[in-house]
Amino acid sequence: MSKRTVQFSIYRYDPDKDDAPYMQDISVELEPTDRKLLDALTKLKAKDDTLSYRRSCREGVCGSDAMNINGKNGLACLTDIDELKQPIVLRPLPGLPVIRDLIVDMTQFFKQYHSIKPYLINNDPAPERERLQSPEDREELNGLYECILCACCSTSCPSFWWNPDKFVGPAGLLAAYRFIADTRDQATNERLDNLEDPYRLFRCHTIMNCVDVCPKGLNPTKAIGKIKDMMVRRAV
Amino acid sequence: MSIPVLKFDAVIVGAGGAGLRSAIQLSEAGLKTAVLSKVFPTRSHTVAAQGGVAASLGNSEEDHWHWHMYDTVKGSDWLGDQDAIEFMVRKANECVVELEHYGMPFDRTDDGKIYQRPFGGHMSNFGEKPVRRSCAAADRTGHAMLHAMYQRNVKANTQFFVEWMALDLIRDSEGHVLGVTAMEMETGQVVIFHTRATIFATGGAGRIFYSSTNAFINTGDGLGMAARAGIPLEDMEFWQFHPTGVAGAGVLITEGVRGEGGILRNANKERFMERYAPNAKDLASRDVVSRAMTTEINEGRGCGVNKDYVLLDITHLDPNTIMKRLPGIREIGLQFAGVDCIKEPLPVVPTCHYQMGGIPTHYSGRVVTPQNGDYNTVVPGFYAAGECACASVHGANRLGTNSLLDLLVFGKSAGDSAVEDLKAGKAHRELPKNAAEQSLARIAALDSRKGGANVHETRLAMQRTMQNHAGVFRFGDLLKSGVEKILEVEKAARELEIKDKSMAWNTARTEALEMENLIEVAKATMLSAEARKESRGAHVRDDAPDTPEFPNGRNDAEWLKHTLFNPVDNSISYKPVNMQPLTVEPIALKTRSY
Repeated sequence: MSKRTVQFSIYRYDPDKDDAPYMQDISVELEPTDRKLLDALTKLKAKDDTLSYRRSCREGVCGSDAMNINGKNGLACLTDIDELKQPIVLRPLPGLPVIRDLIVDMTQFFKQYHSIKPYLINNDPAPERERLQSPEDREELNGLYECILCACCSTSCPSFWWNPDKFVGPAGLLAAYRFIADTRDQATNERLDNLEDPYRLFRCHTIMNCVDVCPKGLNPTKAIGKIKDMMVRRAV
Repeated sequence: MSIPVLKFDAVIVGAGGAGLRSAIQLSEAGLKTAVLSKVFPTRSHTVAAQGGVAASLGNSEEDHWHWHMYDTVKGSDWLGDQDAIEFMVRKANECVVELEHYGMPFDRTDDGKIYQRPFGGHMSNFGEKPVRRSCAAADRTGHAMLHAMYQRNVKANTQFFVEWMALDLIRDSEGHVLGVTAMEMETGQVVIFHTRATIFATGGAGRIFYSSTNAFINTGDGLGMAARAGIPLEDMEFWQFHPTGVAGAGVLITEGVRGEGGILRNANKERFMERYAPNAKDLASRDVVSRAMTTEINEGRGCGVNKDYVLLDITHLDPNTIMKRLPGIREIGLQFAGVDCIKEPLPVVPTCHYQMGGIPTHYSGRVVTPQNGDYNTVVPGFYAAGECACASVHGANRLGTNSLLDLLVFGKSAGDSAVEDLKAGKAHRELPKNAAEQSLARIAALDSRKGGANVHETRLAMQRTMQNHAGVFRFGDLLKSGVEKILEVEKAARELEIKDKSMAWNTARTEALEMENLIEVAKATMLSAEARKESRGAHVRDDAPDTPEFPNGRNDAEWLKHTLFNPVDNSISYKPVNMQPLTVEPIALKTRSY
């Protein structure tokens, strides 16, 4: 990679001074060492300190810098800048209220995550040592526990857009299945009851946008399918 | 201007591992607790820890806390306090087992126990040979741990103030800590949290260096607040350079890679660690490995066009092992080095990683300062845990996996101490009239100043100064000029200008406030480093070389003591190292080799 100038079109909105959001055309010169979209945003912010976005770990584990990049949700820190068509169009995650520029209000997203009781429930007295779990049983949690709560999936899901207050959404349902699948958890029935509702689980129509955008390569649709199976098996 | 006052029993600043662990203690004890965090809790930097947490569970082979204690004292180059170290290693099993009970998805052995892997500097039988002590969830231990602790807090109904930045510590005329001022990032509103206990769990400040494994948020906010409130900072010259950051990007590659069999090689493909640490080889302590790598590069045996990195090779490992135990590392290699580590070695360089020093604490988590000849006078109402605190268990060099252990053990003990002190009664002390004055003045200055220094440029100047003057190898003359330079940067950092004046989510303002914290840490580091005229652990200088009289350049007669940097007048004093463990014989001074 060499030095190059990259063109952007960025969603801007400051509720303190703007009557309405607008798209800002802006370019930035990058060094050969600038590989990721977040590197470019850092350079842009050095030029214009009013540009607002969340970021922290810059290595795809904290989930802060999710945004809509050329129409697709992703993490800025894991997106190769040279693979993006220019001008690179950046917008906040769709479907959630915008606070400012690329920063959305994630209250609804976390409310749904919290609604599935995202913690291990085991009412037996705690043993002195670890609870045993076979490597095979532990393997059931792979592809579930790695979720970083970036919200790329839920905010790409049309069912979540229409019913963010009622549909748990892919991230929350993935978390629900993470506990259902854990041999140490004793609340499977209670967890299924909690999802037995026309909206909470069954609004998933397997559109699979969530799978397409997950920056960690996880598959919420598959987890949702497993919960639906359990629900059906429980009913018969 | 009237500032809203929120009354709580306790406020915890920071929701990483240490903050979440102490929050569990306070919430489960039924105390009214507020947890403030600049980011949603699971975005805290504990999430990036990879390789594991140390505990002598002995799940795969014999192990003992006493061996772990020996390794930690030796790793610290004898600067760690032996009472605190004994306390930590003896609490390790209990704390790790608790996490498992919270639901943390540890990897498992064939018989269903927590999986353990070898890690640098962790040995069996008092330094004999590497032992499996690091309890791991693949190479995502920090992620698994942080989420499990956040989830436990959800269960305990902990009250979080998410995306709030603490600004300043509130102390009264008698020095009691009464809470903090904080700003809600979404609205810019400043609020006073008036409490009976204040726990700092704000993490490290690795962002003072140009090349760092640390997240953007690691800006030493707790240290900055403590310094502005006149609390001295301990052992700030000791910074860990992790041997394996991805060359160029700085992203961490866990030592667990070497624990699983990875080998460091120079341009001649030589396994050079055999020359520097014949016994432990690639699993020697981090300071030893980082210096060996830097020596290889300095002597022309680095790799690549500029010969400026070495290679971390795991191509000889079974690809299934890599996919099972190190899946995150493979992703990082592909993302940040463009290398598939199954087929090709990874380019790595020593990268700033961890702050061994911090706010001085007793192992109970209570903050202590020298007063009237007593080095450990408790600051009433003030506690600290995790990377921002200095207990001191890491001394001059931390062992890998001891940081996650530190935040568990001391997060819990700080929480327990706060619960104990709060239950002992005592009402809220009266807030001083000017409780929010300093914070409001700082913000007002940022909002009105014209012609001041640019935040981005000032931060770069600080980071380059730290990198060039206080890196892996230190030089007497460079430290001297480094002091002058960092004091220059400090002047700029006190006159910052921002263009963004909005009240809504003003990240320019946040970054300026963070810069005011970073500079306190950078200054404490440079001045403390310049003052310590010996080599010890991570602090190695050219004018204190390895001699028969002073092996490794360490001078115990003069320098076996903790540095205390006083931010009020930039002066430095010292306090003795506690060589007396709680129940066992002291671990006697010895020359350190691996």
